[in-house]
Amino acid sequence: MQIHDNPALKAEARNLNFYYGEAKALKNINMPIYDKKVTALIGPSGCGKSTYLRSFNRMHDLYPGNRYEGEIRFFPDNTNLLSPEVDPIEVRMRVGMVFQKPNPFPKSIYENVAYGLRVRGENNKRVLDDKVEHALKGGAIWDEVKDRLQDLASNLSGGQQQRLCIARALATDPELLLFDEPTSALDPIATAAIEELVHELKKRVTILIVTHNMQQAARVSDYTAYMFLGEMIEFGKTDEIFIKPQDKRTEDYITGRMG
Amino acid sequence: MNESQHLSSQFDEDLSGLRTHVLQMGGMVETQISAAIEAYSSGEVSSVKHIVETDRKVNDLEKAIDDDCAHLIARRQPAASDLRLVFGITKIVTDLERAGDEAKKIAKGVRRIYEAGQMPSQYGIGVRHIAEAALGMLRHALDSFARLDPQLAEEVIRADADVDTEFKSIMRQLITHMMEDPRTITTSIDIIWIARAVERIGDHAKNIAEHVVFIVEGRDIRHQDKESKA
Ligand SMILES: Nc1ncnc2c1ncn2[C@@H]1O[C@H](COP(=O)(O)OP(=O)(O)OP(=O)(O)O)[C@@H](O)[C@H]1O
Ligand SMILES: [Mg+2]
Repeated sequence: MQIHDNPALKAEARNLNFYYGEAKALKNINMPIYDKKVTALIGPSGCGKSTYLRSFNRMHDLYPGNRYEGEIRFFPDNTNLLSPEVDPIEVRMRVGMVFQKPNPFPKSIYENVAYGLRVRGENNKRVLDDKVEHALKGGAIWDEVKDRLQDLASNLSGGQQQRLCIARALATDPELLLFDEPTSALDPIATAAIEELVHELKKRVTILIVTHNMQQAARVSDYTAYMFLGEMIEFGKTDEIFIKPQDKRTEDYITGRMG
Repeated sequence: MNESQHLSSQFDEDLSGLRTHVLQMGGMVETQISAAIEAYSSGEVSSVKHIVETDRKVNDLEKAIDDDCAHLIARRQPAASDLRLVFGITKIVTDLERAGDEAKKIAKGVRRIYEAGQMPSQYGIGVRHIAEAALGMLRHALDSFARLDPQLAEEVIRADADVDTEFKSIMRQLITHMMEDPRTITTSIDIIWIARAVERIGDHAKNIAEHVVFIVEGRDIRHQDKESKA
């Protein structure tokens, strides 16, 4: 099926470079992120996928010596997320992140989700209860935990913990969700549940997902970007990338060939 | 097409095995068709039995190749050029199998005609000519698959129009002939069947060539002329 016009932009990387000290990890990346679509980032280990993803929520700011050049424009307000004037805490409210290994806080299920809201200054019990329930439903885990909200999050299974982390990320109503290999530590059933959730979530949020699993990229994403040695080699509709990629390096990677 | 090797050499072997089987199947169908044309010209109906037997082998090979494709998809999840190749092969073998069926129809028609009497000589040349053209198309379609050569495939696609035109002209002649001399109706109908089968072989060759273009270039060029005329 052909989609004729591209949807609205949620974000756009413009001439983005990134340096770990002297080492240049991202090289002049230009790429659109379309609104309420899933974009998959693929590429061999060390090509810069996580580095790129972390630029969107200013995670690199946490370490000295890291340096950005260029812009990541965020829409509709056209903010440059990388601008020194933009508060990284504010960015992280709008851009949530879910990691490879589920990383719940050593607190109750409830507190894991309420945390981000408390940081924002929300203390009203009724509002918190309501938002926690809403976020847990959004993470497709409410039915499994509603009777045990005060249990420690670490007692949940790996797949449940990952959905709890998604619920935690959803609690602050982010506009963009970043997933860094969210299912690589999960079994096929838990993986399918996360993929189903991604599909559900894109009705209300834009998603950028790093995955090493080509079939997963093909299953969940609308757009796919192939990265290699810090460069964006090819960006396109997922159907086109997986049936007829334009660049031989993309083709070699997704078909499992040596370049 | 991508000539680099896969990280898995087993995958390379599976794919090249598939291609070899398609070419073997293609070779069998070519032989069936040329034997049928030969029988048509010579009246040597003893080869008809052989053509029918080969058809069974062709059918078995089609099933085996389809099976291999299903396994390969399940185990390897092919993408991009590999996906197009496997997908294209499942379609090519369908067209090959049907082309083989048409050869069988020709052979049976030939047997009926010669068992009833003689081939009216005035039709020998026209039908033989388009049969050679259709067989040539199939050969080139298979060559274009073997070499993954889209230019050659495009030539096959263009050649189909000539076979269609010639088929229509043979039909007109036969209809005129039947009206002039109703005693020839039975034989004429058999010849129409044969010519029709030949024309279908040309269509299958054209389809195969279209699948080759898809495999190599990722373009689906089927039904293009109909759409652009509409
Ligand atoms: N904190 C860091 N300090 C210095 N260099 C780093 C740091 N993190 C990553 N790098 C380097 O930056 C490059 C990109 O790494 P990155 O983690 O973004 O790759 P990746 O594509 O996510 O790989 P993987 O698929 O293995 O997760 C690599 O060469 C890596 O060694
Ligand atoms: Mg990474």
